[in-house]
Amino acid sequence: MKVKFNLNGRNREFDVSENEYLLETLRNNHITSVKNGCNESTCGVCTVLMDGKPVLSCTLLSLRADGHKITTVDGLQKEVEEISHFFGEEGADQCGFCNTGMALTIYALKNEIENPTDDEIKDYIVGNLCRCTGYHAQFKAIKSYLEVKK
Amino acid sequence: MKVVNQKTPSIDGKGIMMGRPAYTNDLADPNSLIIKILRSPHAFAKIKSIDVSKAKALEGVELVLTHHDVPRKPFTRAGQGYPEPSPHDKFVLDEYVRYIGDEVACVAAVSENIAVQALKLIDVEYEILEPVLDFEKAFEHTSVIHPEDGIKEMFPIGFEPKKNVAATYQMEVGKAEDVLKECDVVLEQSFYTQAQAHAMMEPHTANARIDFQNRLVIYTATQTPFHVRRILSQTLDVPLSRIRIIKPRVGGGFGGKQALHGEMFVALVTLKTGKPSKIVYTRREVFESSYTRHPMRVDIKLGAMKDGTLKAIDCFVLSDTGAYGEHALTVFMVTGAKVLPLYNKVDAVRFAGQVVYTNHVSAGAFRGYGAIQGNFALESAVDMLCAKLGMDPILFRQKNMIVEGETSPIFAIMGEGTEGTAMNMETCKLDYCVKRGMELVHWNETYPKVDISDTKIRSVGMAIAMQGSGIPYIDMGAATIKFNDDGFYNLMVGATDIGQGSDTILAQIAAEELMTTVDKVIVYSSDSDLTPFDTGAYASSTTYVSGNAVLNAARIMKQMLLKEAAHALKVDLEDIVFDGITFSSKEKEITLSELGNRLTYNEDQKQLTATGSYVGIKSPPPFMAGFIEIEIDKETFEYKVLDYVSVVDCGTPINPKLAQGQVEGGIVQGLGMAAYEEVKYSSKGRLLSNGFLSYTIPTTKNIIKLTTEFAESYEESGPFGAKSVGEIGIDTPPAALANAVYNATGVRITKLPITAQKIYQGMLDLKQKESKK
Repeated sequence: MKVKFNLNGRNREFDVSENEYLLETLRNNHITSVKNGCNESTCGVCTVLMDGKPVLSCTLLSLRADGHKITTVDGLQKEVEEISHFFGEEGADQCGFCNTGMALTIYALKNEIENPTDDEIKDYIVGNLCRCTGYHAQFKAIKSYLEVKK
Repeated sequence: MKVVNQKTPSIDGKGIMMGRPAYTNDLADPNSLIIKILRSPHAFAKIKSIDVSKAKALEGVELVLTHHDVPRKPFTRAGQGYPEPSPHDKFVLDEYVRYIGDEVACVAAVSENIAVQALKLIDVEYEILEPVLDFEKAFEHTSVIHPEDGIKEMFPIGFEPKKNVAATYQMEVGKAEDVLKECDVVLEQSFYTQAQAHAMMEPHTANARIDFQNRLVIYTATQTPFHVRRILSQTLDVPLSRIRIIKPRVGGGFGGKQALHGEMFVALVTLKTGKPSKIVYTRREVFESSYTRHPMRVDIKLGAMKDGTLKAIDCFVLSDTGAYGEHALTVFMVTGAKVLPLYNKVDAVRFAGQVVYTNHVSAGAFRGYGAIQGNFALESAVDMLCAKLGMDPILFRQKNMIVEGETSPIFAIMGEGTEGTAMNMETCKLDYCVKRGMELVHWNETYPKVDISDTKIRSVGMAIAMQGSGIPYIDMGAATIKFNDDGFYNLMVGATDIGQGSDTILAQIAAEELMTTVDKVIVYSSDSDLTPFDTGAYASSTTYVSGNAVLNAARIMKQMLLKEAAHALKVDLEDIVFDGITFSSKEKEITLSELGNRLTYNEDQKQLTATGSYVGIKSPPPFMAGFIEIEIDKETFEYKVLDYVSVVDCGTPINPKLAQGQVEGGIVQGLGMAAYEEVKYSSKGRLLSNGFLSYTIPTTKNIIKLTTEFAESYEESGPFGAKSVGEIGIDTPPAALANAVYNATGVRITKLPITAQKIYQGMLDLKQKESKK
């Protein structure tokens, strides 16, 4: 089946099966920035933006993306580079497997909530699991980024 | 120091966040056959017959392998120095299956869907055997988990498979029983720790292809590429020279990838079909069929005099290695070796026990490696002893703990499955760590507890810990530095960056010695064809062992450069001054860039490379004091961790921010084990906590505050004063939390994790005891 959506600013058409999930479609088409951590929408590493909102691509049927705008870090290089700067400053990078999904969630948070409280930040990113950092350095990095983007 | 002990962002964080292909599965051949494993539905069974004809007939299936099709050669998946201290008790595929999730057959197909369908078409007839699911009943159980012939220990480790014993060990200094009899106060308690899951974000992943030289090339998410190469070669009878292991970026390991998981199958499938193949574990497979932490029961006896002098420690450990004895002996020994020396002034100390097989998923290496289990027991027991003595637990520790310049006889006795290495604590800032931690957590204001409202209590608790820095006389690391035109360097290391940031800190060490900047040192890790040998990322070894190797390589390179510069300037070597950019003598000078160009293109042309190696002659322990502040509800007994204060002596941190990340990551994993990560099995032995919904690792909402500081410390034997920092963070949270819960409620939890339910039950028991009085 054909599915058409805007991927990182380009209108694209993909041949998918009806039970195929977006994560698979993207990775099969060399968008390897989207990772597979659990394949059952529990870890957040496969996060992409659909019309600007974070969604878990491992359980979003590719057909559901039809007509929407899908964004991965590949389509937000400048913005993600900026976020990564704050992670670097805080030593918040470790294995990095969760970082592409995390970066997209942070970017969406910045656009969605103006001046978020600490609890709002945590509520927003709670679905992006990280086993390496203990979250503390990440949280400081996110706060610094949001401060600068005010 | 200009580069070391300075803030340096990790050299790869940006590129990875920006999504550049980096991990094993990003680098798989797009045409790879997809490998799926048929896994045992029974905790213990013998395969009577297996019929794969229907699966083989399915269109798109390339290969089906059962125990009939693979070499019958015992091996261990544990990535350890050779010969390994783990028994060779595993076969690639076997007629026995020993836990729910054990490997029965391997299917390779052109798509994942077809591979999954093919699994369903395999008919297996099992003879179901009685499983051993309670590790306290495993010893000499009527059911023998490894009845087969051919399995073996590589050197004596007390391997007695007919008794379900994977390893045994005992040692004693003085006579613990006699000394205990003379003590004023004796504390005796058993502690239980659970089979914590590593839950690294990247599942176990490997892929294979045959290259144009007809060699087997494997990309794998491993902590030990060189051990993977050796084990594959030995087990599959493929010459070592025909195998290349590439470790790309790894998405976390924590010990879980200090083993072969899937590499054997991609190797077999690709060797047999000639086609590329790949395996990616499902999250469920990561939980059910890779590794866990060794669950343990630690029986501890402490004896002290009324004045608070600790006289004796007697410790018996029963460890559950699950179906296979991977890391069985060594994890168990670390439970003593990297815990008991904390209290080095005792007259007698005994450590004994055994590691038993059960029909649970195999336990393996996991950050802390036994020390967290031992620490929970010992540091809980110390607080319990203090309660009996009526003594302040901090004063007790200050009186009895190890201090700089001292030693413990245990260092010489207990090593990595063998004898240990005697050493003095040249650096041990534990006394400072304790004092500073007390200040940071406001101990004196809160200890033992403060009622902050009708419903809430705040309390504090603490524990001290130690770890090691590599395995002396066994584990070797090596590094090669190549000098290039324009004056920059390549640094090739076998050391395995798995996310901890070792590429960055090794670049810093090289840059410091060569007086350059990190961007002039291009790091490549690790590739068995291109990088020199390194045992891998385990045993808190990379900073200390691999770091010393890099330092040695950089020193050699510096001498080579000076010699070439002297030659170019036609002056004596002693007359040259090098500042990292320019070589100057009295009248003449040449820049590093000019020297690089000269050696590459113009005169005296040659390639400069320098290789340094290092093997430790001791394993200087990092130390820390961990303090927890909690707020607990008086009615529900739910609690929040308000702050975790860590004051760490890891020598001089090469990269303070990354070292802090290691400590904090360890703290939160330790808190996970202490508080949240409950392992549940069904009565038939099926792991019920097999996903992120049923097994809850900490989320960002669980972490309110972490306060991490480093003691000023300089370890002479380490690179630029560094000791290790990878594991030490994980050790203290279970005991510190248990102590804080006791301080708040009077309830002593001895079985992890510490849940509100257990505290509530403990309160009921306390009330019952009081009413009986």
